[in-house]
Amino acid sequence: MWDMDAARDALPVVLSGFGVTLLATVLGFAVAVVAGLAVALLLRSGRRWIALPVGGLAAFVRSTPVMVQLFAAWVLVPGLDPLTLGVLVLGLHYATYLSEVYRAGIDAVPKGQWEACTALSLPRRRTWRAVVLPQAVRKVLPALGNYAVSMFKETPFLSVITVNEMVHEASAFGSTRFAYLESFTLAAAVFLLASWPTSLLVRRLEARLAH
Amino acid sequence: MPTDTVPEAPRARAPEKVRFEGVTKRFGDHTVLDGLDLTVAPGERVTLIGPSGSGKTTILRLLMTLERVTDGVVHLDGEPFSHMPAGPGGKLVPADERHLGPRRRRIGMVFQQFNLFPHMSVLANVVEAPRHVLGLDADEAAARARELLALVGLAGKADAHPTRLSGGQQQRVAIARALAMRPDLLLLDEVTSALDPELVAEVLDVLRDVADGTDITLLCVTHEMGFARDVSDRLLMFDRGRVLEAGTPDELLDAPEHERTRSFLRSLR
Repeated sequence: MWDMDAARDALPVVLSGFGVTLLATVLGFAVAVVAGLAVALLLRSGRRWIALPVGGLAAFVRSTPVMVQLFAAWVLVPGLDPLTLGVLVLGLHYATYLSEVYRAGIDAVPKGQWEACTALSLPRRRTWRAVVLPQAVRKVLPALGNYAVSMFKETPFLSVITVNEMVHEASAFGSTRFAYLESFTLAAAVFLLASWPTSLLVRRLEARLAH
Repeated sequence: MPTDTVPEAPRARAPEKVRFEGVTKRFGDHTVLDGLDLTVAPGERVTLIGPSGSGKTTILRLLMTLERVTDGVVHLDGEPFSHMPAGPGGKLVPADERHLGPRRRRIGMVFQQFNLFPHMSVLANVVEAPRHVLGLDADEAAARARELLALVGLAGKADAHPTRLSGGQQQRVAIARALAMRPDLLLLDEVTSALDPELVAEVLDVLRDVADGTDITLLCVTHEMGFARDVSDRLLMFDRGRVLEAGTPDELLDAPEHERTRSFLRSLR
């Protein structure tokens, strides 16, 4: 049954893991945001010899489990510390999803915006940077937020490559004290406390951008 | 063939601002323009009228390089624009961006749907191209933008966002934005068609001021015959991708030769 003492001891352990979880999420999502945009732009480059391989690779990454990718990277890319490797794999995995999000956002920018840029002779680069992307990203901000929450909840996969994130720590505590119920419950509570308000925030953002 | 042409200043002596030479534009198997020949003199104000789908807007879009010609050549300032000479023979080939870029800058366009940048302030909309195309510094570009906003009667709206403005105000911002590039050819594509009737006058008044105060070449597509009569030197009636008839506003509006022109003008009333 619930052991209050074990729970009290588990809390700092779980929270220390939460720091790593949060770090992995923030860094991983940063990778995903940047790489996802890069993939979206490469797919739009209009050059088949770029778009074809990039698109194929993205489809491959998207349709294989992230845990398999973590194991594969763990074996194939030696010499990186687990957290860095995990951040890169998780980030690139999500980048393939975010590229689709960006694509939808870019497609949603009206044709007239492009035409106005041509009429003003804005260079291609400036058109993307100042006109198209700001509008595209604004449209997909809620979707990006949802993916951030979803990535946050998938960080426990990183434990398979020994990253000491929250679930890893909870599991370790559980095995030494045989108090799995307490440590995992606390970890779940922390996940809930962090992702629920974030989801609400995303939904508010969505409503604000809707009009 | 004149052989004593001074090569340094071909533009100054160009008798024509725009010339369409046998221009055909097809979308699929739909022919929008059919071997069009059309010359516009520097400083001339030409209004294109005719039923929708008759190819008027396509003429403006071809000039703005938003579309490519299917056949024929568009000339600007006496030299090929849609095409460029290539190879030793100087054979004309479709122009690349290096050819189009510097020439396109002399052309401005105002759209039916305004196409303002909704995420930028009014001032930022007007400043964008002068800063990043002409390379003006921020202060200079802003000062000029404010002058232009004053010209279109929107000095007080510089920091507003376009979405907060009425359609008429948005279109006046779009006019200021186009003028900020100091074009010498301005294309007006049904600029009042998307406006509520009570907002049409404020936009046309601004355009009359622009027409009166500058020697800019104007090419308009409009259904506002009063405006067309006031500003135009010449009216062209389009029908099925061809010029059906042309003349001064008085000639064409008061004594059209063709029955199609008469019935078109009747339909506007």
